[in-house]
Order: sequence, then structure tokens, then C-alpha cells
Amino acid sequence: MSNVPAELKYTKTHEWVRAESDGTVTIGITEHAQDLLGDMVFVELPEVGRSLKSDQDCAVVESVKAASDVYAPLAGEITAVNDDVTDSPELVNKDPYGDGWLFRMKPANAADLAGLLDAAGYAAVVAEDSH
Amino acid sequence: MGNRTPLYEAHVALGAKMVDFAGWDMPIHYGSQIEEHHQVRRDAGMFDVSHMCVVDLRGARVSDFLRYLLANDVARLTVAGKAIYSCMLNERGGVIDDLIVYYMDPVWFRMVVNAGTRNKDIAWLRRHAPSFGVEVDVQEELAMIAVQGPNARAKAQAALGTRIGAAPQLARFAAVESGSLFIARTGYTGEDGYEIMVPAEHAEELWNDLYAQEVKPCGLGARDTLRLEAGMNLYGQDMDEDTTPLVSGLAWTVAWEPQGRDFIGRPVLEAQRSAGVPQQLIGLVLEDKGVLRSHQQVFTAQGAGEITSGTFSPSLGRAVALARVPAGEVTECEVDIRGKRLKARVVKPPFVRNGQSCID
Repeated sequence: MSNVPAELKYTKTHEWVRAESDGTVTIGITEHAQDLLGDMVFVELPEVGRSLKSDQDCAVVESVKAASDVYAPLAGEITAVNDDVTDSPELVNKDPYGDGWLFRMKPANAADLAGLLDAAGYAAVVAEDSH
Repeated sequence: MGNRTPLYEAHVALGAKMVDFAGWDMPIHYGSQIEEHHQVRRDAGMFDVSHMCVVDLRGARVSDFLRYLLANDVARLTVAGKAIYSCMLNERGGVIDDLIVYYMDPVWFRMVVNAGTRNKDIAWLRRHAPSFGVEVDVQEELAMIAVQGPNARAKAQAALGTRIGAAPQLARFAAVESGSLFIARTGYTGEDGYEIMVPAEHAEELWNDLYAQEVKPCGLGARDTLRLEAGMNLYGQDMDEDTTPLVSGLAWTVAWEPQGRDFIGRPVLEAQRSAGVPQQLIGLVLEDKGVLRSHQQVFTAQGAGEITSGTFSPSLGRAVALARVPAGEVTECEVDIRGKRLKARVVKPPFVRNGQSCID
């Protein structure tokens, strides 16, 4: 069973979301997602300042096996991107919940966070996936 | 559950991620496909290739049989243990399989064919064997381990000790028996090394002996990126029953001489050659970020084609591919990658050989 930290929120499309103290949210892909994709070779991130709708595709992670879109978990504006993963895509494999984070957003509506999956909900999605 | 090789338990114990490959449960990687790739380019790695099928062919007319069945000419083999790479063609000149065949003695050849094609290959061999009085003997009890990399031979020799026999003296593309082992200086990575056939019951022992010499296990993922960097075709992707060797970058494996040699598919190949071969297999290097993958559309001045094998090349840090495109001089083309057209440079494979980049 892959690691699903209890303090994070999740999407069905395998993004994780962490609420930061400054009101922004940090987003990455889950350990399960990176495991399915295998070794990352390219990461394409959105531009800072870009406004996104919920579920809009805004980044691409590409592994030896496949290219996969990353979706905005909620509506908002991109406030930061992790340039380290552009230079070293393997960070997404090595530390998906830490140094392998992808981008940060200022949510248009902070309440949207509550609508995301919690760890138990996401673990159920993963369990469903493996059948 | 698929077929399992004698090394299945060893793979699981090493934490391999197992996938289905041609009906076999095989390791795709043991953690990182890219690290395994580098391991083979820089040191030594080992692959379980027991899913491949070994067939012994015996009979007084076995050479005549193979000269009729294969597009390459086994009459070129005169030294015991020496091998050739060849396509086996259907009457339409399409490739039934690509294979290696070893000349062991005048009445015995040993053939290694792909796992995915084994049933049709054996059926084809058995269909034509009776008229040549050849016996087709499938070696079900042989496992095979490929040890590849610049240090592969030295480490294999350390692991095998006296069991290595005369293998250290082997020329490239030749094999020798040593006790119950059959050791060939062949491979599918563009590196030096051995492919060792071993009775199933001794496979795990050999695997462990190699592991003790720090020959690292490598999965099918690394095997694919290594072979593609080496410019080697993969059956079912780069050629199949509907493509001839001439449109698959394999014209070099067709022995036209002597002209009198009749082999299956020859009339079609000759017609294609005199009419002008309509397509070609070319090598591509992507200069931009992105990964070339099979079935992506390729656009050249002569018309459109398709990538047959594409990957991210760990050695070059860029995407490389083989693509089938219309005949004619091509130096640059565009590839449709997820809706974007990106420029790719045309190069002559291999992309990487013996650890060195072959492109600018």
C-alpha cells in the first residue's frame, strides 16, 4: 500500500493538496501516481500568475512510460512553481510529497478545499485502481 | 497468472515490479529503470531473458533447411559456435520473426526466437522441417540470463569460475558450451557481454552468483531503452508480418548472394528492390523537451510516416526514436507530440554504442 499522508487533501486524478499557513495551497502528484508512471524524465509547469478553473489541465509530468496531465484541484491563481523539478524530474519519484511538489496556488474560494477527498477517500480510489 | 520463468521468485524477492510481457510475468524494473539503464552502460547488469525460446534443429540437411527458411545465409557460418542474425520471412516477404541462429556442427544449429512469436515460429519450422528431414526440438528446460555492460564479461568470469570454460576466448557473436551451460557473446543492449543458457534448476544459483559479483538486476524497461539506443529493432513494433526487412532497416541482414539460393520471401524482396523500396526506417533525435513514442505521426518533405519505437534516451538525455517514413533523403522532420509539432533531427542509428554517444 502506498503512502497517503493523513494531513493532505486529494483528487481522483492523483494530485495532492496541502493547505499552507499563508492561505495558499501546494500541489503535487501522489506517491501512487509516481509509482504508476515510473521514472520521470520531463516536467512542464504553468506560468506564475496564470488563472485556472477547477479541473483545468495546467502541467504535464512525463515518465519513461507515459505523459500525464496534472489538473488544478480547485480554481485560483498560480503563485509559485517548483523549478527544481524542471531541472531534476526524479525529485517527483524520490519525494513526491516534499521536494517533488509542482506548484502553488491562491484558491479563488478557500472553502473549495473542503470539497476535496480526504486521505481515506483517496485511499479508496487507489484501492479501486488496483482491482 | 502468466507463465513464470525459473527466476520469478528471485525477481519478487528483489522487489521487482512485475508486468505481463507476451504472456509472461516479467520484471519491468527493480526500482528505477533509468538507474538500471546506466548500470549497463557504465558497469554490468543482468536480465532474465528465459521467456525467449531456444530451438535446436538437427539433421543431415539442416543447413539446406535454414538456407531456405532464413533471409540471411547460414552457409556463411563455418566456425563452430558462430552465429548470424536473420529474419524469417513469409511468402509475402513479411517478417515472421527476427532471430539468432548458432552453427554448432554440420548437423546441429541452435536458434533463439522471441517469446511473443514462439508458437507461430515453431509451427512454421515444423511445417517446413519434414521435407528436409530436420528435427525441431524446443528446449523448454533452458533458462537464459543476459549479462551486459563494459564489465559484464569480467564479472561473469569471476562469478562462474571454472564453469566459464572457453567463453573468455569467444569472438563477438559466437557461443561455446561449457558443461551444462551454453555461453554466447551476444546481447541486445549495444554493450559487450554474454547471454548464458542454463538448465532451469541451476538458473537461480547462477543469478545469485552474478549478483554476488555486483552484477545488478535490470528489467525489461531498461532492456528496451538500451536496445533502442543501440538502434536495434523490436519485433512487433519496428517490423512484423506486413513489413519486409527492406522497409525495416534490415536490408543488411538479407543475403542476396548467391543469386541461386531460393529462400522464402525472396521473389517479393527482389520485386520490391527493383521497383524501389517505398519506405525506410530512420533514426530521430528530438531537440526539444518531450518524449517520442510509438505511433506518433512524423511529417517529412516526402510525406507522413509513423514512429515505430520511441523513448527517452537516458544516455543522451533526449528522446530518440525509429520511424518508418516514405523513401528519399530526409534530414529533418516534424513529429506530432500531444497535438504539438516539434522538430526532430534525422540520424543514422545506433544512437549509443559501447557507452559512447554516436550522434553530435
